[in-house]
Amino acid sequence: MAAKKSQQFDPVETLNAIEEKFEMVQILNEEGEIVNKEADPKLSDEELTELMNRMVYTRILDQRSISLNRQGRLGFYAPTAGQEASQLASHFALTKEDFILPGYRDVPQLIWHGWPLHQAFLFSRGHFMGNQMPEGLNILPPQIIIGAQIIQAAGVALGMQKRKKESVAVTYTGDGGSSQGDFYEGLNFAGAFRAPAIFIVQNNQYAISTPRELQTSAKTIAQKAVAAGIPGVLVDGMDPLAVYAVTRDARERAVKGDGPTLIETLCYRYGPHTMAGDDPTRYRTSDIDSEWEKKDPLVRFRKYLEAKGIWDEAKENEVIDKAKEEIKAAIKKADGAPKQKVSDLLELMYEEVPFNVQEQLDIYKAKESK
Amino acid sequence: MAQLTMIQAITDALKTEMKNDENVLVFGEDVGNNGGVFRATEGLQKEFGEDRVFDTPLAESGIGGLAIGLALQGYRPVPEIQFFGFVFEVMDSISGQMARMRYRSGGSLTSPVTIRSPFGGGVHTPEMHADSLEGLMAAQPGLKVVIPSTPYDAKGLLISSIRDNDPVIFLEHMKLYRSFRQEVPEEEYTIPLGKADVKREGKDLTIIAYGAMVQESIKAAEQLEKENYSVEVVDLRTIQPLDIETIIASVEKTGRAIVVQEAQKQAGIAASVVAEITDRAILSLEAPVLRVTAPDSIFPFSQAEEVWLPNSKDILETAKKVLTF
Repeated sequence: MAAKKSQQFDPVETLNAIEEKFEMVQILNEEGEIVNKEADPKLSDEELTELMNRMVYTRILDQRSISLNRQGRLGFYAPTAGQEASQLASHFALTKEDFILPGYRDVPQLIWHGWPLHQAFLFSRGHFMGNQMPEGLNILPPQIIIGAQIIQAAGVALGMQKRKKESVAVTYTGDGGSSQGDFYEGLNFAGAFRAPAIFIVQNNQYAISTPRELQTSAKTIAQKAVAAGIPGVLVDGMDPLAVYAVTRDARERAVKGDGPTLIETLCYRYGPHTMAGDDPTRYRTSDIDSEWEKKDPLVRFRKYLEAKGIWDEAKENEVIDKAKEEIKAAIKKADGAPKQKVSDLLELMYEEVPFNVQEQLDIYKAKESK
Repeated sequence: MAQLTMIQAITDALKTEMKNDENVLVFGEDVGNNGGVFRATEGLQKEFGEDRVFDTPLAESGIGGLAIGLALQGYRPVPEIQFFGFVFEVMDSISGQMARMRYRSGGSLTSPVTIRSPFGGGVHTPEMHADSLEGLMAAQPGLKVVIPSTPYDAKGLLISSIRDNDPVIFLEHMKLYRSFRQEVPEEEYTIPLGKADVKREGKDLTIIAYGAMVQESIKAAEQLEKENYSVEVVDLRTIQPLDIETIIASVEKTGRAIVVQEAQKQAGIAASVVAEITDRAILSLEAPVLRVTAPDSIFPFSQAEEVWLPNSKDILETAKKVLTF
């Protein structure tokens, strides 16, 4: 690298120049109009309606999950409404061979990747059968430790590279997750190995209650890619077409051997952090809520599809009815799971049960058979 | 048969398993071209290529996460943590992630990772290099923790650890790396995990130890023999899970026991062993089961190492208390 005389080098100017480069990618505006024709991913009508199906379905799943949680029929649940474009349009760019390493809010992507709905409900209820992954389903269970999945994604991606697979590892976290050391280590490792990974930070503005501006002095989270020497993109996370397009591009680069990408999706969660007592009115005003509601991904996508003549109320109602029916059936199926026993859990500790665990297993099995 | 040091036996085991199983990957800080700071991975990159033996960026948490991810792609990772005092940086990947993978996924996913790492006092390292942190690992359900005390055991135990389908923490005492040689077969062999080894038979007292304390215990036993005491030395070899059967059989035979560990006394492996003995063999005991350990301070700055670390003299003193109780 050519040396530059110190008096000519202005680090503040360099920083400002970098930060200015990270403009938000938008393709579909709040009115459902294409504002960036060149970037339009040009999905077929069939693909567009399928993506809308998934977003509507997932909004219903969120509403039902919240209500089931309030009735005491679900356990741990992190609401997803507002993040449908961010979650499902990014997932729409993946194939079944791609491996998803999710955070705990990323249940929708796992379901659309093939995680049976009743298993997602069992996971929520804290039953081990929820996480028993069917053969060939390329996902991890939702990660609870913020950021742990990011370094694992670098490992899965490196493994895919070594296996010469044409697939990618995709991991999701939130704006808070981008402050963890594991976030930087994951980006840096994947970058150093040029591993096929996509790191998606769903910047929903709050890490529980802590606002985004308290997480970092950086103007965007996307620019953090620069330090790892990998591409970073800031995208309108309420715009399904933009999220799809940047994820598809990142995937293409990764599969070609051009390494990982960091994507920051600017979005919002309408609901609380989780259903375990978080009260968003303590840290957000209703003005902020309504400002984001105007950007709603379903609203703008509906407008766009209606204008194209490929979506209407009847279609939407059909999806809503289907979702409600399937959710009902999945809950029923989850209700049918056998009661979880301590002996089940002890048996899951090791491949071969060691002496100490065997002794305890015998005690619990005797108790359980009474 | 070749006379090998423990470090050579470890390299030999790695080579054996890399030949046996193309899914075995060796990686960490400086393990590639440099062959590791102790040369444990000497020559491996040259023999097996950069795809299977490689340097990583300098970040322990990243190394742990990388291992988990590679395991999810069907590999059998053998990462090195350069010194075990750095384990705090990778605690979540070990305790929070790989130890729970089988359980969390209802048995559908595993983490067949073997983390190798040097530890142990007496070699005048800077701070955070020598601490005996095996107790932290042994307290985590889902892990196995292996600590060899001889070159022969190191090879057989490391091969078994790599083949094990659960995560194994394989701790290598730095003082033992080159302190003595032993005949180590060139061919492959395994030593089962979770099995202790009676390193010396005796009738009057059982000394239970692991790692560098095994040699110190043998020295003490030899001294005691001159004083007409017959002392058995049990080398735990695996501290999680413990080989209760061997421990109890020995104590039932001798009626007296002491437990030796290099780690501080508080909440340690020795305390667990004492509890198992009193739980299961109290009626065989003719004296209290005492412990020989380091004091409950942080691992000392190197000038105080020699007096801080337990040695054969400390073991001898405690052994006599129990023998003459």
